[in-house]
Amino acid sequence: MFYREAGDFSTSYAEDSQTFPIKFDRYRYYLVLFLAIFVVPFMVNDYWVNSLFLPFLIYAIAAIGLNILVGYCGQVSLGTGGFMAVGAYACYKLMTSFPDVSMLIHVLIAGVITAAVGVLFGLPSLRIKGFYLAVATLAAQFFLVWLFNRVPWFYNYSASGQISAPERTFLGFNITGANTQAWATYLFCLMFVIFSAYVARNLTRGSVGRKWMAIRDMDIAAEIIGVNPLRAKLTAFAVSSFFIGISGALFFSIYLGAVEVGEVFGIQKSFLVLFMIIIGGLGSIFGSFAGAAFLVLLPVALKIVGVDWLGWPTDIVAHLQLVIVGGLIIVFLIAEPHGLAQLWRVAKEKLRLWPFPH
Amino acid sequence: MPEQLAFTIEVFLNGLMAGVLYALVALGFVLIYKASGIFNYAQGVMALFAALTLAGIVDGQVPFSHLINAIFGTDVHHFGWNVPAFVAILLTMVVMIGLAYAVQRLVFRHLVGQEPIILFMATIGLAYFLEGVGDLMWGSDIKSIDVGLPQGLNMWIDETTFNALGYGFFIDNLDIVASIIAALLVVGLVLFAQYTKQGRAMRAVADDHQAALSVGVSLNFIWILVWSLAGFVALVAGIMWGTKSGVQFSLSLIALKALPVLMLGGFTSIPGAIVGGLIIGVGEKLFEFLIGAPFLGGATENWFAYMLALIFLVFRPQGLFGEKIIERV
Repeated sequence: MFYREAGDFSTSYAEDSQTFPIKFDRYRYYLVLFLAIFVVPFMVNDYWVNSLFLPFLIYAIAAIGLNILVGYCGQVSLGTGGFMAVGAYACYKLMTSFPDVSMLIHVLIAGVITAAVGVLFGLPSLRIKGFYLAVATLAAQFFLVWLFNRVPWFYNYSASGQISAPERTFLGFNITGANTQAWATYLFCLMFVIFSAYVARNLTRGSVGRKWMAIRDMDIAAEIIGVNPLRAKLTAFAVSSFFIGISGALFFSIYLGAVEVGEVFGIQKSFLVLFMIIIGGLGSIFGSFAGAAFLVLLPVALKIVGVDWLGWPTDIVAHLQLVIVGGLIIVFLIAEPHGLAQLWRVAKEKLRLWPFPH
Repeated sequence: MPEQLAFTIEVFLNGLMAGVLYALVALGFVLIYKASGIFNYAQGVMALFAALTLAGIVDGQVPFSHLINAIFGTDVHHFGWNVPAFVAILLTMVVMIGLAYAVQRLVFRHLVGQEPIILFMATIGLAYFLEGVGDLMWGSDIKSIDVGLPQGLNMWIDETTFNALGYGFFIDNLDIVASIIAALLVVGLVLFAQYTKQGRAMRAVADDHQAALSVGVSLNFIWILVWSLAGFVALVAGIMWGTKSGVQFSLSLIALKALPVLMLGGFTSIPGAIVGGLIIGVGEKLFEFLIGAPFLGGATENWFAYMLALIFLVFRPQGLFGEKIIERV
């Protein structure tokens, strides 16, 4: 009824191979973009941006990055926190060393540096597979956090060992430091989200993405039909780390402003992003957004219900949150191993036939 | 004997003792992995949960008292009695068996035949769940466990070595007891696996699920048995670590330390877990003492084990004692 392909004819190759071939999807996509760019910035205040939109957007980038590695290429990584830290510290060093260069370039270069580090730690994936690789990426996590804690050069010899973002502008608007405006930071992050989702979506449906998926499904078979595992795995690590580095840079510079590496980019962060893509859906860009939204909203919703309505102590609510997140992961894996994205796909199938049963 | 050498030997010995405790946690991993192919990330949290439960029972705390107080506005905290340590350990074991049953029944029964990585992620979810439940049940404050294990400096070794070598070795009594218990546990497990009916059934399941099923071994029962055994090992590890450094969240992080131990030793080998634990324990203490602290600014223990395992795996992907990985299309 609402969602159908009937009457939607492609008359050129370009139309046939576009990202959203179904009209309804395409218009929905344009509508979401329109709302996000032209409506939301005029409606938000500081609270909304800082507690909902910024974490959602930044985690969405990280989730897209990790999803490329885990969901598309099948290489499980527990080093996300460490790679985010690389992005954050690279951005910090760039911001303080070259104050006049645009933030846009700093964040992108931070992504490139993280990609290089990611490739370095991705090298063992050629020999090590499965769980062994997951554990090997822990080496990256712990080593990187230790490095940023112990080498004073990374935090510019500051007494506290923290890094804090100096004031920087983008197109004349303050986006880091103390005097920022909510809508400016929101739009700056949104720009990167749109860029990441666009690049990721088009990479994963092109030849690179197909190679990743071949490696994921069975690497030996993929190798036999001519996929180069070295290139496929390392490009997956590079692209994934690039996005994770961008999200780390934004997380530090725009969202938090000051960072203590062990607290912010610890192993918990790696698991959080991993949970996002499990709940959202492995191997789906939409799933990365859904998972990020879900795990950003859940604590806020729980806090409102538990602390504000029921008046429970915050520590009990925090523990309940652990129970609920853990329980949800198990429920999702049992009921729907492909996550929220699969629910969305099923809903679309149903909508296509509605109001008829078959 | 030169001072530096004596120090190094002492660090070596302390590393051995720490390695025994890592090995204890790794042992629980190996048990479950061998029997069901599940890589149980929750093993560390199980140790934490067991230790919390033990401490709570000994103190006579009311389970979920904070939650009950928050919901009903009551003020219950303790039953007002203290349970003797031995009884409390038995009760905790009952709780761990109940947990094993629940985990098998509610979670992994529904995930039979899924890919290993899905099972692994389910255990991460389980770890979060258990951690939350443990905190809700017994509160998140740091507790101490005292089940009567000896603690403190072993005077006898100190004096003997001082008289003989001119340098007194500092070795904790608790570490010695822990090593003895770990050794007993391993011998016990090996005997159990070799000579009892259930143990043989367990090995059969580990060898081939389908074949075991077809000769009448109940997979459900064996899996519950294995999770209970892992719960028991977790309890022992929880008591050791809890006595040593208090029951707190960081206890569950030893699970992360047990991972490189497993990688070194191989996921499927019980002796591998022990040897791997000892290598990691000694390696990280010696590295910290000889290279980390003087040259790298210290705290290298955080990552040394992972790096060692990573470098090692590049040359031998199945670990020291693991079964050779054969890949087929």
